Order: sequence, then structure tokens, then C-alpha cells
Amino acid sequence: MHPIAHEPAAEAGLLVDHLFRHQHAPILGALVRMLGSAHLGLAEECVQDAFLRALQTWPFHGIPPNPAAWLTLVAKRRALDQLRRAVVSGSGEPSSPPAQPPTLGDDTLELIFLCCHPALPIDSQLALTLRSVAGLSTSEIARAYLLPEVTIAQRIVRAKKLISESNLSFDVPFDAHLAPRLHSVCRVLYLMFNEGYSASSGDRLLREELCHEAIRLVALLTLNPATGRPAVHALAALFCLQSARLPARVDDAGDLLTLASQDRALWDSRLTAAGFHHLAHAAAGNELTPWHLEAEIASLHSLAPTFDSTDWPRIADAYEALSALQPSPVVTLAHAVALSYAATPEAALALLAPLADEPALARYHLYPAILADLYARRGDTVAARTQLERALALAPTTPERNLLVRRLASLL
Amino acid sequence: MKQYFLFLYESPGAFDTISPEEMQKIVARYIAWRGDVAAKGHMLGGNKLRDGEGRVMRAADGKVSVTDGPFAENKEVIAGYFHIQAESYDQAVDIARTCPHMDFGVIEIREMEITH
Repeated sequence: MHPIAHEPAAEAGLLVDHLFRHQHAPILGALVRMLGSAHLGLAEECVQDAFLRALQTWPFHGIPPNPAAWLTLVAKRRALDQLRRAVVSGSGEPSSPPAQPPTLGDDTLELIFLCCHPALPIDSQLALTLRSVAGLSTSEIARAYLLPEVTIAQRIVRAKKLISESNLSFDVPFDAHLAPRLHSVCRVLYLMFNEGYSASSGDRLLREELCHEAIRLVALLTLNPATGRPAVHALAALFCLQSARLPARVDDAGDLLTLASQDRALWDSRLTAAGFHHLAHAAAGNELTPWHLEAEIASLHSLAPTFDSTDWPRIADAYEALSALQPSPVVTLAHAVALSYAATPEAALALLAPLADEPALARYHLYPAILADLYARRGDTVAARTQLERALALAPTTPERNLLVRRLASLL
Repeated sequence: MKQYFLFLYESPGAFDTISPEEMQKIVARYIAWRGDVAAKGHMLGGNKLRDGEGRVMRAADGKVSVTDGPFAENKEVIAGYFHIQAESYDQAVDIARTCPHMDFGVIEIREMEITH
């Protein structure tokens, strides 16, 4: 008996980061194409089985030379078994769907479109996309959103049931119907990104993972000729430019840093470059979406080497355009901040005056926090302190409260 | 060098609900452990035993009964084994101690009786 001297695959350390998770969508997409979208649940079981077999056999036998192909093969075999069993038992289910030409030519994209089908409730679209496309477990999704696991599970079950009952097709219409479907997909990705990016609560690493996943998926959309439209590039630009700042948003103690106090050297230049690449493609054509404006704002922050050199007048203009296109109290708040630097804190306060009784802002801690900043900058310390106390009472997370406490202390 | 078998016991279904990412991390840990043991010249082999099937045979009153098993109950079953060589039980224990399986189940070590 000779000892095993070396393991070629193990020696090379060949398990690409996120291989399993990133293989989830293409394998699942291929299986849904085989089994039909009514059998999304069954297809998922087959993918999970393949991963489980890898988990159980690779430790003993080593990693196969092509792990991704191995996983795909095992999952497909499993799906074929299911098909064969259904035929033998005569249940007719799952039935092999009639062969149709792929419309987008990419199973992963078709899967995204199915999960983001506008016939599903938006909550379910998001949960299903995270589960089936991003390959997150229900418990990971629950942790990222600070929701009970059972809630997430219910949303996913409801979505699958609707897909099956409504007989939603896996094939994406490759015509005039594509635009609304694409919009629905983009909306889900936007929600996914924002949930990850807004530092409100939840597991920080998982939330950053949501951002990266949204970037990965939107990048897939930009690469396909049918879906790589300017608005999609605008969305990609926004995601890249925003997430480039993620590494600088917390200090070593885990405390939040505002844009003014971030070390800009920590911004991810690779993501910034990708953002500007997408921004250039977003400018093709004459469509102007809110994502275009948000990406433009993010790019103006990226271009400023220091906080003081920020081009606030252009940012204020972009927020004004955004307010016109998609009015919301939160956009007005951001507009006011930009205006306070582009013009004066007084101008900003004037812009915010009509929002005093806005119910949407009544429990939004950033509203009093921004008011406090404006008052402080015009020297009204008493009013600033009052607003900071209000903000402190509303702030949802410890890092956010700590930030407010520090600002309160600086006003003493 | 003496030869030992490490029998890895686990509860069926222990990994059923974890995410692909978590699975990959666990696989990576096992592969790293296996590579490390192999690099030190201790690894002789190993195999996964097929899940969810098996036969248990018993003789009673001169009759052999064969039943499906041992998966009938939800108890721990042997999931697979590693075959290693080591100087002593102490060293075999040290090798098994670092195995990621210790996070998921039980390892039983038995020395192989070698007759020359």
C-alpha cells in the first residue's frame, strides 16, 4: 500500500470562488428548459442533489478535473431520471415541454426573466431571484433582510406555485414584449442592490454579497445583444460606481463614515472604471431613465478627488431632473443636501420646508439628521441639537446611532 | 507504520438545507485536510459509501434475514472512510482531530490487524 503522494486538483487549489453558487443559475436554467417552468421546484431539487453529491463524494475522491461540468452532468442525469420515471409511471408529469428555440440564447438570463415575471408579486420576484438565480439559501436571504426565514420561504413557495398555475413560459418574448419584461428584471436587481447597499440593518457581509450579485447579474444582461440596452448599462454603471465606495464606508471600529470623511483612496478603482465603461454605453440613444441620473450623480462623486472639490452644482441639477422624472421626498432630501453645498444651507432649508408634514419622512431618521447638519452649518446649534435628538430616536442600527452620537458630541 | 481506518459517521440529511456557498466552503475544507494528510504521507485512500441504501443481515434460528438498512432510523450511519497510516493511535487521533468532519459528525478510528 503506497500513500497517495499528491492530488492534482487539490494541489492546484482548484475550487474557484463562488463556483457552486454561480453554477446554480446556469444549471438550473438548463434543467428548467428540460423539465418546463412548471417544474422549477423539481429542477431545483436536482441541482441541490448534484451539489450534495459533490459535497459528499469530493472529500473522499478529490475534486474532478472540471468541477462545473461534473455538477451539470450529475444534475442533468438526475433530471432525466425524473423524466423517465414520470414516463414509466404514466403520470405524464413532469412532461417534456415542446422544444422551442431559445430566445435569448442564455439559460441563466431566461431564468432571471422567469423569476422576475411581472405576474408575480414583487416581494416574491426578489426572493425567488435570490434563491434560484443567486443561489442563496432561504436562511441567508432571511439574514440579509432581517426577516423570519419562514416569510422568505413562503414568498418563494408562492412564486413557484404561481409560475406553475399560471403556466408562465420559460421563453422570453423576443419582440415588443421584451421591454416591459426587461424593466421588471431591472427593478428587481435595483431592489437587490439597494437592500445590499443601504446600511440599515442585517449581516454586513451578506449585504455586500447582494451588491456584488446584483452587479454580476446586471453585467450578464449588458453582455447579451437583446438585453444590453442603454438603461441596463445605466443601472450597471450605478451599481459599479456605488459599490466602489463600499470598502470606505466603515472605519476599523465598524463605525459608519459619511462621504465627507471617507478615505477616497479606499474606493475600488476597478469598479469605478467598470462604472464609467457602462456609463459611456448608457449614453447611447436618447432615453433618459432615473437610473441614468442616479448613475450620473454617483459618477460626479467618483470624479471628485476630495469632498470639497465635488461638483455640487451639477449634482444638484441632476437631483432636480430626478425629482421631475420620479418625484419622491427622499430624492428631495438628497437634492437639498446637494443644494446646500452648491448654494447655501438656507436654500436647502427652503427646499425642504414643504416636507415638514410629509408622512413618508415622519419616521425616516435621515430627515432630521440632514436638517441638523443644515442648522449646524448656519450656526444654529440649538436647532441642530434638537434635530439630532430626533434622528437618534429614529435611527434603526447601532452604527447609525453611533454616528449621530458623535455628531451630537461635536456640537457641545 | 500502522494502518488505520477512519469511519466517518453522520446523520442522514445533515446537509440538506445548506446553501451552495456553504457546501463549497465545506468541500474546500475537506479537500484541504485530505491534501494536507496526503502531503505528509499518511493518506492511503478513502471512499464514500452510497447513501440511502444498504442491507443488514441477521441470522436467527438458522435462517438469514436480509433487511434494508441501516437508514431506516434517523441514527448516524457510516458515510465513508479514510484509510491512513500512522505511527500510533495517538498520531491517528491527531490526524483525525483536524478533519472538518468533527464539525458534522463522529469519527471512529480502528487499527487494521496486519498478520505477516
